[in-house]
Amino acid sequence: MCRETDMTELARKIAVSALLQPALAFAAGEPSFGLQPPQTFIARQIYDLHAVVLSICIVIAAVVFGLMFYSIVRFRKTAGREAKQFHSNTALEIAWTVIPCLIVAGLAYPATKTVIEMKDTTNPDMTIKITGYQWKWRYTYVDDGIDFYSSLSTPRDQIENEAPKGEHYLLEVDHPLVVPVGKKIRILTTADDVIHSWFVPALAVKQDAIPGFVRDSWFKVDAPGIYRGACTELCGKEHGFMPVVVEAMPEKDYQDWVADQHSKSAAAATAPQ
Amino acid sequence: MQVALDNVPAVAQLPHQGGILRWIRTTNHKDIGTLYLWFSISMFLVGGLMALTIRAELFKPGLQIVRPEFFNQLTSMHGLVMIFLAIMPAFVGFANWQLPLMLGAPDMAFPRLNNLSFWLLPFAAVLLVASFFAPGGATAAGWTLYAPLSVQMGPGMDMAIFAIHILGISSIIGGLNIIVTILNMRAPGMTLFKMPMFAWTWLVTAALLITIMPVLAGTVTMLLFDRHFGTHFFDAAGGGDPVLFQHLFWFFGHPEVYVLILPAFGIVSAVIPTFSRKPLFGLRSMVAATVGIGVVATAVWAHHMFTVGMPVAAQLFFMYTTLLVAVPTGVKVFNWLATMWQGSLTFETPMLFAIGFLFVFTIGGLTGVILAIAPVDIQLHQTYYIVAHFHYTMVASSLFGLFAGTYYWLPKWTGHMYDEKLGQWHFWLTLSFFNLTFIPMFFLGLAGMPRRIPDYALQFTDLNALASIGAFGFGLTQLLFAYIVIKCIRGGERATAQVWEGAKGLEWTVPSPAPHHTFSTPPVVE
Repeated sequence: MCRETDMTELARKIAVSALLQPALAFAAGEPSFGLQPPQTFIARQIYDLHAVVLSICIVIAAVVFGLMFYSIVRFRKTAGREAKQFHSNTALEIAWTVIPCLIVAGLAYPATKTVIEMKDTTNPDMTIKITGYQWKWRYTYVDDGIDFYSSLSTPRDQIENEAPKGEHYLLEVDHPLVVPVGKKIRILTTADDVIHSWFVPALAVKQDAIPGFVRDSWFKVDAPGIYRGACTELCGKEHGFMPVVVEAMPEKDYQDWVADQHSKSAAAATAPQ
Repeated sequence: MQVALDNVPAVAQLPHQGGILRWIRTTNHKDIGTLYLWFSISMFLVGGLMALTIRAELFKPGLQIVRPEFFNQLTSMHGLVMIFLAIMPAFVGFANWQLPLMLGAPDMAFPRLNNLSFWLLPFAAVLLVASFFAPGGATAAGWTLYAPLSVQMGPGMDMAIFAIHILGISSIIGGLNIIVTILNMRAPGMTLFKMPMFAWTWLVTAALLITIMPVLAGTVTMLLFDRHFGTHFFDAAGGGDPVLFQHLFWFFGHPEVYVLILPAFGIVSAVIPTFSRKPLFGLRSMVAATVGIGVVATAVWAHHMFTVGMPVAAQLFFMYTTLLVAVPTGVKVFNWLATMWQGSLTFETPMLFAIGFLFVFTIGGLTGVILAIAPVDIQLHQTYYIVAHFHYTMVASSLFGLFAGTYYWLPKWTGHMYDEKLGQWHFWLTLSFFNLTFIPMFFLGLAGMPRRIPDYALQFTDLNALASIGAFGFGLTQLLFAYIVIKCIRGGERATAQVWEGAKGLEWTVPSPAPHHTFSTPPVVE
């Protein structure tokens, strides 16, 4: 008796996890089924834009698939249906040309606002130059005179399946990009060899790093935290192994970090070679 | 020409050359169509094997089956092979078989050029596939061959460039042949607005081909010069610009995706009316939409480049033109739905694939609208969302169109009905496994997984495993398709000339199988 209850309980759990979990996760906006939780002003706009466009597309899909399945069920030859031989309807055709025009115009308006805001790199609080190399990043703090490389810190034996993989497998670096929260940070991207692309999903920044050219973008992080991304432009053999890690911290901690970096580089400069 | 053919003794019209020589020397549109289709099937197998190796590697995190450098070769070559050697030749095969039959023409306009445009393909294929064995292997710069990464590649890259040159010549010749055939070889009385949609879609496709292929040829030639002749078209150190490569490439590349889908529109526009037992709804708006898509297609290319840092005005321009594509595309979908509306529907395999096409194409098209929004595109660019989106339009829509067309016209080509039960199995398995493969990729992309990586972070594990299982199911299911086709060629219930109760058009007035020469005397269209 007791065992039977356990079995039903187990069956219920399996059913719930198999059927409801994805749906619940989707509703709760769990990262693996939607965009990552946005952490900047622009990221929130993109998150909302995506939600709006997706909803409109789901409605359109519902109409299209609704009509399709209705036809499939209703207008079957086996149900004795005779085909009606019409082949045009001007009013209808104008309607389904004009309505999509209005929908896309409606979508273009908020998207245009976001495009303009994303491109507005004026009046930054600080500027960081990001250079892509095969296969690491170099961060140059233009205002603070800090300069270092950032490369993958996942041990090789984890990649080769010779050791268990860590929590942040392939999304961890030796020296993350450290930034203060609440400051407008302008990034200048360029590259030394081939094209790379600097991408942090939660910050909604993806800017190509192009050899010989400098491009810019910006972000302002809302809350302290560690935000992980990766190179998103195919850049050769180790393309999959050049993560981006951004550590955002309160202004005071950031200033401490800057001072710490300065003293380290001073020590390195005076140390005997 | 038609008069001249009438005077040829009937015996001279028989395929009396046996063996391999018949296929090498043939100028017959049906033979050449068959060659294209078999070539395409063999290349689908090659490209499919690459895809399955990729999915096997991505089944779980870590490197287990291939090294990263070989992985990049696989993704690059999978794209090149599928686009240039599998999907494009398949549609040209359909054009060869069907256009003369549908237009009431005795053959293509330039039969010898037709032979040449096919026989260039095997050489290109050998060159491309053999590049795997070149020092350093095949090109690993992605099918997009972005400079300066492509400048770094070994001799495999040069082999790919020459293969693209040969394929370009083949496409241009083929495109010209198709345009001339459609414009000049129609049966008396068949005005442009009486010709089938398949001819219309191919007319626009061929016009796009001869517009864009020379641009691609020029672009890869500039790349070749940068690699070997000391030029600096794409090298900033010498005054060049890597982004120029992308502009040139996508001026080709975006219309190219319409080249891969427009003929499928034509096939579906033939299949849906037949099995709805109704004429195609809105023929004129269908034509206008096809031409409209063709025109807009040449002005949307930089939506592939929203992250390169273009000026605001350029971003907005390309966002608006891209959104505009949704309008003619929507018109087409609604026209197909209206064709089914109040029809008398039956669901033989061609119709199943046509409806399946409508389903996956709508998903591909709507995710295209989502991606047209530039800020959203920037978030999703170069992630698995893109991979899912373009596989919905290309694999699903183009391939479903090809399957619909194959089952639809196979009885006409072979004289036998295919095995309907197996055909239905093929459809349901293909549809299920396709969605199992690519729906997870939308979620992977939203979560931020980049494409073209041989290994990934742990939060992407489950969805990747699911996609890999789907991919293997999808791949194996296609062996069933090969079996159905071979079984149909070798025998089966005899097909009538009409084949399908609701089929309309000149191709159904000739016997099944279609004789080696048809319409030596042009039919008169009322």
